[in-house]
Amino acid sequence: MAKKNEETVSDGSRAVVKFHISDIIIMVVLVILCATCVIPFWHLLVKSVSGDMAVMMKKVFFWPKDFTLGAYTKVFADKSMVHSMVYSVFVTLLFTILGMITCTCAAYPLSKKRLKGKRFFTFILMVPMYFSAGMIPAYLLMNNLHLLDNMWVLILPLIYSPYNMLVMKTYFQSSIPDSLEESAFLDGATNFQILGKIIIPLSKPIIATLSLFYAVGRWNAYADNMYYIREDSLRMIQYKLYLLVQGAEASMTASLGDVAGSSNVTTPEVLQAASIMFVTIPIIIIYPFLQKYFVKGAMIGAVKG
Amino acid sequence: MAKAKEPKVRTTTTWSKAIKRDWQLYLLLLIPVILVIVFNYAAYPGLRMAFMDYKPAKGYAGSKWVGFATFQKIFQDADFLRALKNSLVFNLLDLLVGFPMPIILALMLNELRFMGFKKVTQTILYLPHFLSWAIIGSVAYTMFRPSTGLVNVLLMNAGWIEQGIPFLTEKWHWAVTYLLIGVWQGMGWGTILYLAAIAGINGELYEAAIIDGANRWQKMWHVTLPGIRSTVVTLLIMNLGRVMGSNLERLTAFDNTQVRDFEYQLAIYIYNKGLGNGKFSMGTAVGLFQSLVGLILVLVSDKIAKALGEEGLL
Repeated sequence: MAKKNEETVSDGSRAVVKFHISDIIIMVVLVILCATCVIPFWHLLVKSVSGDMAVMMKKVFFWPKDFTLGAYTKVFADKSMVHSMVYSVFVTLLFTILGMITCTCAAYPLSKKRLKGKRFFTFILMVPMYFSAGMIPAYLLMNNLHLLDNMWVLILPLIYSPYNMLVMKTYFQSSIPDSLEESAFLDGATNFQILGKIIIPLSKPIIATLSLFYAVGRWNAYADNMYYIREDSLRMIQYKLYLLVQGAEASMTASLGDVAGSSNVTTPEVLQAASIMFVTIPIIIIYPFLQKYFVKGAMIGAVKG
Repeated sequence: MAKAKEPKVRTTTTWSKAIKRDWQLYLLLLIPVILVIVFNYAAYPGLRMAFMDYKPAKGYAGSKWVGFATFQKIFQDADFLRALKNSLVFNLLDLLVGFPMPIILALMLNELRFMGFKKVTQTILYLPHFLSWAIIGSVAYTMFRPSTGLVNVLLMNAGWIEQGIPFLTEKWHWAVTYLLIGVWQGMGWGTILYLAAIAGINGELYEAAIIDGANRWQKMWHVTLPGIRSTVVTLLIMNLGRVMGSNLERLTAFDNTQVRDFEYQLAIYIYNKGLGNGKFSMGTAVGLFQSLVGLILVLVSDKIAKALGEEGLL
């Protein structure tokens, strides 16, 4: 897709090689927009490795002052943060694996034209995308299933995703020739064998993309943590970060009345910056490598949204 | 639902034959079907709470049926009306400010001639889409706190302002900041579909335009924009369907005591009043109202799209 794009653009503009003032304006605007995406994180990174005093005196902008890794030492010494990070990675991995299995189990049969009852099953599996019962019934359901304060409540309700199923089904239908399966079928291969030996090996790109959709979706979402989890050790890292920053904010903006013990609640700015970076850095590091898979997936999804 | 275009295969296969041939496929389907039944369909009966005076202690059997009384009650509830108004206003503003931005950005990216520059720009602009609202909210506070936020400190050092601007701690400033951060978060990712659509435009159209003496803006206006029209319409319709939505994570990430007036939207209402205060019936009724309006909006938008000759969504 990107290549085709390049060609169109260069074909279109080769006739006019001159560099216009409008080119410069466009580039300046884009650089400014990019800066809004980079500077906040750079500033936080710099803050997180600066001295407490320098930060309090508001002397830290884009370069560290009194360089120290003290705040990170504290974050890593905080057992609950480290535990939550490991726990979140574990939940995300488990979620992704189970999600991909479920997704394949739904998408493969539904991609078969000959499947009897296909329309019925498609309907059953698509309704949840358009109509949800809402938060309160879902909460009571989790309560009845004894899933409140349970790691599985973060996994099971969401591993079947109608949207991902559609993307995968579209891929099966459009990218894998029917003839390939037909001949295997005539040779006496079973559906399981076809799936395992032909379909899955041919679907590596979509498997990579959807695994990422699942993983990033799970990693970033935390509303279900707010609804269903009270037990601190079962909370995912994003929610912990939310609570930490929100706690600090609440004590800062709280009215003048002296809240007892509020000074204990406030997290010093440097430590807060280090905590935010602790949660952000993993994503920023892996993100450039994964980005292209996402773009592919977004476009497959768009074929039939 | 992707069923519209497949040619109808006349299957005369009986169920027993189909099961004999494809039992493995049905076995696979069992997993997702059980999951949606247990985690989605099993929640639907809970909707009857909206028509009952549901008391958790008494359960469904012991609670009284009240018909539409709960709905009458919520439409007289000032908190609900405020949440509803805020949700609608903010979602429409989101659409108004946020929808054109990816289109403009895609047009700009398309004009870039250095492919290296384009690639780096895209990679950077997509980044906010991959961060949670917890991260975005906490970064926003670091940037916009009145006394210690980077933006305010820089502006004060430059002597442009005397006092910090309460970007996130005064409701009108908050509204603007909240909306702009939403645009910022979605703009880069939003360009992908438009860029794909632009790439699909026939290159000969551009050549013809050049021969006719069209300049860059004329090409944009007469070739590129008409070329992505159907993508624009489809996405607009999809977004209209979300006007009743409400994102708890995004709202709470920018929460503080000074801005509750505007921050109080449907997701917060259901979370605080429904779950927090145990008013299950009211929370369920509001959720049902939200789901139904959302569903109707999607169906109506789809009809409109098809009437306009676009592909539609369903």
